[in-house]
Amino acid sequence: MPDVVLEARGLRKEYGELVAVDDVDLEVREGGSLAIVGESGSGKTTIAKMIVGLTAPTAGSIVACGRDRSAPSRSARERRRRGSEVQIVFQDPYSSLDPRQTAEQALDEVLRLHRGGRQGGRAARELLDLVGLDERQGRALPRALSGGQRQRIAIARALAAQPRVVILDESVAALDVSIQAQILNLLADIREETGVSYVLISHDLAVVRQITDEAIVMHRGRVVERGSTAQILDAPQDEYTQLLRASVPRPGWKPERRRRPEDQGAPA
Amino acid sequence: MSALLEIDGLTARLQVEGELRTVLHDVSLTIGAGEALGLVGESGSGKSMTARAVGRLLPRGAQTSGAVRFDGRDVLTLGPADLRRYRGEVAMIFQDPRAHVNPVRRIGDFMTETLRLQGVTGADAAKRAAGALRDVGIDDGERRLDQYPHELSGGLLQRVMIATMLLGEPRLVLADEPTTALDVTTQAEVMAILDELRHERGMALLFITHDLELAAAVCDRTAVMYAGQIVETRAASLLDRDPLHPYTAALAAARPDVAVSARRLAAIPGRPVSAFEAPAGCAFAPRCVCVQERCREARPPLDRLDDGQVRCRRAQELRGRMAAAIREGEASRA
Ligand SMILES: Nc1ncnc2c1ncn2[C@@H]1O[C@H](COP(=O)(O)OP(=O)(O)OP(=O)(O)O)[C@@H](O)[C@H]1O
Ligand SMILES: Nc1ncnc2c1ncn2[C@@H]1O[C@H](COP(=O)(O)OP(=O)(O)OP(=O)(O)O)[C@@H](O)[C@H]1O
Ligand code: SF4
Ligand SMILES: [Mg+2]
Ligand SMILES: [Mg+2]
Repeated sequence: MPDVVLEARGLRKEYGELVAVDDVDLEVREGGSLAIVGESGSGKTTIAKMIVGLTAPTAGSIVACGRDRSAPSRSARERRRRGSEVQIVFQDPYSSLDPRQTAEQALDEVLRLHRGGRQGGRAARELLDLVGLDERQGRALPRALSGGQRQRIAIARALAAQPRVVILDESVAALDVSIQAQILNLLADIREETGVSYVLISHDLAVVRQITDEAIVMHRGRVVERGSTAQILDAPQDEYTQLLRASVPRPGWKPERRRRPEDQGAPA
Repeated sequence: MSALLEIDGLTARLQVEGELRTVLHDVSLTIGAGEALGLVGESGSGKSMTARAVGRLLPRGAQTSGAVRFDGRDVLTLGPADLRRYRGEVAMIFQDPRAHVNPVRRIGDFMTETLRLQGVTGADAAKRAAGALRDVGIDDGERRLDQYPHELSGGLLQRVMIATMLLGEPRLVLADEPTTALDVTTQAEVMAILDELRHERGMALLFITHDLELAAAVCDRTAVMYAGQIVETRAASLLDRDPLHPYTAALAAARPDVAVSARRLAAIPGRPVSAFEAPAGCAFAPRCVCVQERCREARPPLDRLDDGQVRCRRAQELRGRMAAAIREGEASRA
């Protein structure tokens, strides 16, 4: 079996009274792909932020590429090393891209930092081409680009660091299905060629099906189900997973207001 | 009776690198009271710009021609006072909520601002805001009102935006991918609420999405955009099963299926183009598997076909054979 590249044990995050993440275990193998799906507000992004060191866990351990990263990094060198191990593409690229930097400049910066040398310009343009953006878009500032164009820049920037693990937090959500198909194919190719691993956080269960092998389902900070992605989608066991699976739009489906347990007996 | 919203030959040009460039070209759409119109299409094709033009929220320096009429009034020429009134009747939900909130203001202040201006007391406004949050599936609304945007997850913040919009009781909602950040269960709930408001209050909805199946479930008609133009409008329930335009057919084919693991998805080859880069002739020609020489000669007009409209020279002859033609095209490429 391939080595484990990312492992979290007993992960917990409290924000005051709120327990955002509650005793979560997860494991990703070299070349593997894990989905985190679940309720909005159930702690998915918080897990990602703890893995990349943007927020410290209240309890639990995180090990990536054999090195503990539960504590904040102490030096610029260590930060860079961590960056070459795990990269993240955020849910809202608008706030994660520097508004004064063009796409090409953003890529150049990462390329210089992680690959060294002067290969900047050409490598940046190749990356832009991979995600379906042209030179003009490469010269544009984030605010002059559409939502999907920004998201693709964020993906290119993460890939530029050639990390071992890429965390994709709703990273293909703002793309129309044809460009999404192109990016999903690209991610699959890169995984095949380089053995990179993915952690995909997504509300789109069809996307989850295509590019992950395993999945965990989160509800109110806890993992309620785990297993192979196909199994979870074809035969969900947990009640919440079943509700989720049944809410995927399909021909003949009509949106309905769900009766939450706490509503029952309450006046309408 | 005329439609609540009429977009008539709208063209919009934006400043790009010091030059004016076309991002919307001759867009015409109508939405009646109580009606929902879906808007799908390529990333960068102009969906958000269409909504922003209607909301009078185009980037500075933008130039428009054509007309946008709301309730018969021309929106593009409204003066400041009328514009304020118009903004009370038309609400926009943005694709990227975090870029549209003030990060240092509490959720409660943001949500109740308009109510307070209308003279509603603080306590009353807070109660109504918490109620609106409950409507969109957030039960601990009182606590959320005291929080700052960075303390909310993407989906929670988007629901705050939707609840705020509901408080204003708008007659038209411009919703730009409102449920992309939500889990599918919450999405169903939010869509059901919008549905109710349409039926009960006659609210009209422009619904931008990438999910053809969702559009089919909640919209009456769907319009498809490519390179700044409308290339098809159709009954939403027919769009993906029986497309009129090769681009729509290719979109439907590219969609991943939650019930099947595919090794490879059918992406459309080539790069998407913006309106101003579109070639003479059909904008989709460089990527279309059905392309013929005559397609490149002049821009196809938007013609009626069956119960829809389509901008394709070959739509009539491809009728009923579109899916097969796309599959053949793919096979010949592979
Ligand atoms: N900085 C913070 N301060 C206080 N609470 C926070 C903070 N960040 C997140 N939270 C809370 O933690 C919980 C989990 O948030 P998180 O962003 O991880 O959810 P998520 O699963 O990613 O949801 P979504 O699908 O909507 O993006 C939410 O209730 C959120 O409000
Ligand atoms: N502020 C701006 N200045 C100049 N050009 C812009 C600006 N904002 C967007 N554009 C360009 O206008 C075109 C239309 O953008 P729009 O945001 O309407 O696309 P969209 O259809 O909503 O795409 P997506 O699905 O990716 O959100 C794009 O090519 C984009 O690059
Ligand atoms: S006009 Fe020609 S190129 Fe354009 S969509 Fe129709 S068949 Fe394809
Ligand atoms: Mg999140
Ligand atoms: Mg958009």
